[in-house]
Amino acid sequence: MITQVLKTDSLIPGLSYQDDIWRTTLDGLISRGISSGANFVEIFLERSDSLNILAEQSIITNVSPSLGLGAGIRVFRDKKDGFVSTNDLSESGLLKALINALSMLGLEINELSCNKFSGLGKLKDYGIEKNNWLKKTPSISDISNKLISANSKLEIHCNKEEVRRSSFSRSWQEVLISASDGTFVRDIRLHQTTGLNVLVSDKEHRASIGRRYGSSDKPNDLSEWDEEHAAQEISESSAKMLYADYVDAGQMPAILSNKFGGVIFHEACGHLLETTQIERGTTPFSNSLGKKIAHESLSAVDEGAWRDAFGTISVDDEGMEPENTLLIENGILRNFLSDRAGELRTGHKRTGSGRRQSYSFAAASRMRNTYIKAGNHKPSELIESIDQGIYCKSMGGGSVGPTGQFNFSVEEGYLIENGKLTKPVKGATLIGEAKEILPKISLCADDLDIAPGFCGSVSGAINVTVGQPHIKVDSITIGGR
Amino acid sequence: MGDKSRNSMDNQINSKKLVDRLKQLSTKNSINKWDIGSSSSSDSNVQVDNGEPKQLKSSQRSVLTIRVWNDEGLVGTTSTSDITDSGLQRALMGAKEASNYGNINEIPEFSSMAKENIKEFNKPFYEMIGITKLLDKLLKAESKLLNSNDHIKSIPYNGLSETIFERTYANSDGAFRYQKGSQSSIYLYARAEQTGRKPRSSGSVKVGYGSDLLDIEGCINEAKKLTLSHLNYRPINTGKYLVCFTPKAFLELLGSFSNIFNARSIIDGLSLSNKNSIGTTISVNNLNIFDNGLHSENIGATPFDGEGTPTQNICLLKNGNINSFIHSELTARKFGAKPTGHAGLASKASVGLDWLIIENSDYTKCKQCSLNKDNYKDQFVLIESLSALHAGVKPSQGSFSLPFDGWLINEGEKVSVESATIAGDIRDILINIVKIESIQEITPQGICPHIWISDISITGGQ
Repeated sequence: MITQVLKTDSLIPGLSYQDDIWRTTLDGLISRGISSGANFVEIFLERSDSLNILAEQSIITNVSPSLGLGAGIRVFRDKKDGFVSTNDLSESGLLKALINALSMLGLEINELSCNKFSGLGKLKDYGIEKNNWLKKTPSISDISNKLISANSKLEIHCNKEEVRRSSFSRSWQEVLISASDGTFVRDIRLHQTTGLNVLVSDKEHRASIGRRYGSSDKPNDLSEWDEEHAAQEISESSAKMLYADYVDAGQMPAILSNKFGGVIFHEACGHLLETTQIERGTTPFSNSLGKKIAHESLSAVDEGAWRDAFGTISVDDEGMEPENTLLIENGILRNFLSDRAGELRTGHKRTGSGRRQSYSFAAASRMRNTYIKAGNHKPSELIESIDQGIYCKSMGGGSVGPTGQFNFSVEEGYLIENGKLTKPVKGATLIGEAKEILPKISLCADDLDIAPGFCGSVSGAINVTVGQPHIKVDSITIGGR
Repeated sequence: MGDKSRNSMDNQINSKKLVDRLKQLSTKNSINKWDIGSSSSSDSNVQVDNGEPKQLKSSQRSVLTIRVWNDEGLVGTTSTSDITDSGLQRALMGAKEASNYGNINEIPEFSSMAKENIKEFNKPFYEMIGITKLLDKLLKAESKLLNSNDHIKSIPYNGLSETIFERTYANSDGAFRYQKGSQSSIYLYARAEQTGRKPRSSGSVKVGYGSDLLDIEGCINEAKKLTLSHLNYRPINTGKYLVCFTPKAFLELLGSFSNIFNARSIIDGLSLSNKNSIGTTISVNNLNIFDNGLHSENIGATPFDGEGTPTQNICLLKNGNINSFIHSELTARKFGAKPTGHAGLASKASVGLDWLIIENSDYTKCKQCSLNKDNYKDQFVLIESLSALHAGVKPSQGSFSLPFDGWLINEGEKVSVESATIAGDIRDILINIVKIESIQEITPQGICPHIWISDISITGGQ
């Protein structure tokens, strides 16, 4: 609480987690938790430094730095767990949080148990090569210049532009993960995203188009961003969508483009393969391991380390290195995504998928870089296979409900008539049920590509990648007017 | 089970000490003009699964936003959750650096109303009851709902939470605002199953000032009633329908287009209105819309906004005409108006609605006065709630295409609609209102009656 400011900092939170002082403190806290009867104790420490910058028209209109500090303490007793988060990283503050977590499970700090803790292992430091990353990220001045440059390119390329906006977001995070199984891991994570949006208008016509670009662990990412290309692409799309008609509603075949088109798999299937969904009883695939759940042309993976993709991690938020998890192979369900609690409660082995937004969330099984594998067809073959349908070139966001129904919006769409793309259409929403749509993904093209995104769920908003080649869905409900 | 998760609340004196400490640090760093907003809270929440605790959580968090003016008068901000001395010093330096990039065309000032007296604001305060009692209450609620009907097989989404919080606003000109409050909420979303059919789900949310005051029985009954009402579902034919929005659904839709009344959005070119829209007719002439964050039924009421401006009751729409916009200090100055108490604290302060109140201003002016959700005999669609508002709404264009839960009602027969979307334009919606019912209902988002609209596009599975 606010009284913290008046305390003397017994542990200096601003110091790097490399300092030995943390080992002694964490060792002591975990030991007390275990000796009090807990089966497992995990302490997640985090320090963060974020920066958001917004440029509108030709000027910088907002610069927002943000600093974070906190701890999340999770205690398991059998299959039950208690979680406490706090901003107070003083020794007394952490002890208070531990006592609080133990009490949730009916444990007292002074109880004596036969459970033993043999101490933290050797520090596995994934951050040692990354210590200078924060310093290597672009300065506010450099970022500002790039964003203003991007907006000026939009001004050049867009005829009917009314509002031009570009934004940059940097999230730097240093974590120290310690647990009673000896886990002692440090990592530094760096995520940077750049967004470019335009609102165009002409009398009663209006259209807004946006794109987001992003990477992880790549300090110089912004300097490589081709704002000229981005502005051109957005300008072309906005010019087409400005006078687009609203799509006619109905059932029809659809081609979903590569990159962010992969949001359909993320929403319609990916979430349902997280063990958190098995725990809740909200996935129709609980008992489908080894069974066919999708068309035989569909194979999909969730990969923890795809180069510098936005969902890439060196180590998950429970201290495990991420696996390359095969989810579906030729239509057969092969694996679920699992975290520590998922393994404990569902029996599915951990996959390095325990993720959380920050110290204030307990980790949960979450996606990382999720994509449908490339097939053998050319994108043009997919379009040519349809007489009447819709081509979804750019997708908006989406969501999945508690019974597996999903939806997502189409930002830029075109009608397919007699195997050819014809006029642009707007206002489409794709809806369906996961179990019904997966067998209808019948063709996959050979142009797999990925795109960054943010995913909000039980453990907060995390950075992920979605991806796919162009795919054909034989029939889907298009909501429109 | 022990109950040490219970927390006690720090008081106003500590907030004043924090402000004193910032005064010292700002003087040391040659920062003469600043303001801060701080919030701190203690929360506990529980979730259960079939008679067992599923997740037990508790948190203590503090967040501070510092806004400083540099020697050139430009403004920068930084927020931090590290409120140790070293954390405050870093935040001040961060804000000072950010001020070098302040927007010379939009320099915020202290709100002229930051020191005005706040009208009486007496909200009940309840201490937390602790994890053990929360868990006991939720387990009983889950059991009661599970046992209420054979079709209800699980309550996959449930939670009971409580929080106590403090908020402070202060500035270097001597303004000081302080609020202490408590809040609790419960949600139960049940899943019902029938052999050979898809599972169906619905639920209920209730909020209160304290955990012992929550209407848990009401939550159980509503969750049961709504979930079972979706069991006998059918696809709906795609077409145009007469639609009745429940208060919850209409508030969800209107709230997504709050940019109509938002002065910040107007300046940014992202609103459906413009600076000269005051007096413009945008709806049928018997619709009034107010934003009154101070309403006695608003559990989350706050007496002041992020800039210290007192919260007020603002009439946004009067007899179908735009009557007022909502403002921050800066937007009010640009519009020649007064701040309305809707701002956040930032170098570019956001502006947002508090709590909408929607009413019929003249019952004689309904286009179809005979419509009534309880006894209308012909076909209509009753919209219970909208989904995926983040994806399906285009606020700057006015259009929406959204999945919904609801029922097709025909000659008294009420059939749940399977997987469908509703699409349209908010401007058409407001103009095509054919009936605003008389009974206003209180929801967590605001107060609103059932509202009927003609000729809305619905896409179904047929």
